Amino acid sequence: MVDSTKRPVMPQQKPEDRIRNFDEVPLGLSLKAAREEAGRCLQCKKPLCVEGCPVNIDIPGFIAKLGEKDLKASGRILKDANCLPAVCGRVCPQEDQCEKMCILGRKGDPIAIGYLERFVADYEREHFDFSIPEIKCEKKDKIAVVGSGPSGLTCASQLRKMGYQVTVFEAFHVAGGVLVYGIPEFRLPKTIVAKEIETLEKMGVEIKCNQVIGRIKTIDELFEDGYKAVYIGVGAGFPVFMDIPGEDLNFVYSSNEFLTRINLMKAYDFPNYDTPIITGKRVAVIGGGNTAMDSARSALRLKGVEKVFLIYRRSEEEIPARIEEIHHAQEEGVEFMLLTAPVQYFGDESQNVKKARCIKMELGRPDTSGRRRPVPISGSEFEIDIDSVVVAIGTRSNPLISQTTPELEVNKWGYIITGEHTMTTKEGVFAGGDIVTGAATVILAMGAGKKAANAIDEYVKIGK
Amino acid sequence: MNKILEKKALADNVYWYKVENPDIARARKPGQFLILRVHDKGERIPLTIVNSMPEEGSVEIIFQVVGKSTKLLAELNEGDHILDMAGPLGTPTHIEKYGTCVMVGGGIGIAPLLPITRGFKEKGNKIISILGARSKSLLILEEEMRNCSDTLHVATDDGSYGEKGLVTDVLSRLCRSGEKIDYVVAIGPVIMMREVSKLTKEFNIRTMVSLNPIMVDGTGMCGGCRCYVKGESKFACVHGPEFNGHEVDFDRLAIRLNMFKSSEKLALDHECKINRG
Repeated sequence: MVDSTKRPVMPQQKPEDRIRNFDEVPLGLSLKAAREEAGRCLQCKKPLCVEGCPVNIDIPGFIAKLGEKDLKASGRILKDANCLPAVCGRVCPQEDQCEKMCILGRKGDPIAIGYLERFVADYEREHFDFSIPEIKCEKKDKIAVVGSGPSGLTCASQLRKMGYQVTVFEAFHVAGGVLVYGIPEFRLPKTIVAKEIETLEKMGVEIKCNQVIGRIKTIDELFEDGYKAVYIGVGAGFPVFMDIPGEDLNFVYSSNEFLTRINLMKAYDFPNYDTPIITGKRVAVIGGGNTAMDSARSALRLKGVEKVFLIYRRSEEEIPARIEEIHHAQEEGVEFMLLTAPVQYFGDESQNVKKARCIKMELGRPDTSGRRRPVPISGSEFEIDIDSVVVAIGTRSNPLISQTTPELEVNKWGYIITGEHTMTTKEGVFAGGDIVTGAATVILAMGAGKKAANAIDEYVKIGK
Repeated sequence: MNKILEKKALADNVYWYKVENPDIARARKPGQFLILRVHDKGERIPLTIVNSMPEEGSVEIIFQVVGKSTKLLAELNEGDHILDMAGPLGTPTHIEKYGTCVMVGGGIGIAPLLPITRGFKEKGNKIISILGARSKSLLILEEEMRNCSDTLHVATDDGSYGEKGLVTDVLSRLCRSGEKIDYVVAIGPVIMMREVSKLTKEFNIRTMVSLNPIMVDGTGMCGGCRCYVKGESKFACVHGPEFNGHEVDFDRLAIRLNMFKSSEKLALDHECKINRG
């Protein structure tokens, strides 16, 4: 007998197996389990889950079609609102969004919307010819999208559906932004990202790689090339270091470098791939966000790594990563050192990092972020032996575009200032995602891309 | 795109390519570099753009074979395509009329020095160039440098060409000769740039160096290229690659450059094994 208050358990690779590979950890629901879960949905008249979704997917709609076993229709509903459902079904923090709003959550488990989204998107990819959203009327106007991360891809997809001629400019040699360089294979297989991007290309979106806007072309030059509007969705990819002594030692990496080497350049498969990564046996990851969890779990999977520490200055209460990621990291054997911060690193005669001096923290009064501020406990310093460090304490804005576009106003952190309708201080230039908000989630960046697409449509139609 | 139009060997293991890429050719300014990838599983490697011909839509690059990636690049021939090329990257050289400029280039560092020297010459500076190499067979671009210099000196470690000794010996003599020097540009091995900067500091001559640390993306994303200038951490790819030589911490740069030495050897060994089949 199925307990109607419980959601299905996601089958996954066992911890002892998965730390030896980079394959995806959750394996996906069976059709039977997915349909049973769909059957629990109350099909609310005023669905709160939809309000909780930054891109307003018709959640009861796609779940109903799944229940009716019409997977094609279900997939189409997802794609209407979200061009990357297989991605979002995996990396969205559903527990803080759609699922948090689900009525069933008051007395039992909310509907596992994320699992179902993933199921439908995967089913469609594996069983049907890819459905390409229909372009109703072709327009002549060209729009440039800078950055092919979740925000840029969403904006491009929406504009293309409206009929615009869209070109996406990507700096790397592969499209996808943080989905390819940041999020690891075991959480988001790169073949899935590639497939979603292929759909965009089949819709007629042009994707140009190896194009660093701000260098190869300025925003003004894009207008000279005939683009009617420009969307900037370049993310916040400039790594932040702590500025403590010893951070310049060898094998102290930013999480960006560490993850880019592993995910984009496939350093875990060195020397089959040419890009190396060196960690030694003991790795310390600094930070408590999803990037820190990704770094720690990636480190565990590398050849020769025996021990991974995750050093975070606040307690488990404040840790910003998703609960699921924290659980996975703990199951896999990452050692959490909470209420702890590094104060200095020491190296050997070759200047390779060998030791971290840390200090214990206690929580004081709440700071401006509303979280209790960590305060060092004097005399609590201690040292741990390590062979490498990954600094995952956040990122800030990359100055490349703002520096070469004088009319573009930025705030004191370098993030682009936009008005209500995502237009920047420069006419015809729109922006969204992390480059406006600072580092946030995939789905919020997608929400911004969608909003900007509507604003760009208005702008091109009426010229403001 | 990225078709190799012309290939020349300049010295032992040093190659010159002319590559088709109209966009980079049009946008590129002296001092900038590009990042390329030779094959699907390849590394991203940064290389200076030595020259660009916007009319014919091509750029020139020069590289020395030092590891697996440059070895694979050297195996390409005219008509082949380079898989990926992104650029121009880095902040262009600030070019102005300073007066008398001494351009110091060591080894493969003469390649990035050439376009900067041309830029300085065009601005009306008097150019004294000093080129250094281990021996005659390793000296590159002598003719091209001579064409944009008022005076040119060559020094080789083994004395096989020019005078026997180091570029700093020549520079030191120039500084002491009473010739008024307004600006020095030095590009080459870290030790050379460090020694040139030490010397010019003594004579209080403004000095610019161009750094080539390890990088992955070249756009400010990875932070692998961080170097220390005036005690502060800077990213060579975005803030540089050119910095004031009197402010760069060369010792820390040298240490970071050695970080992946063991892996480079591993990759090359792996490649050799595969080739032997």
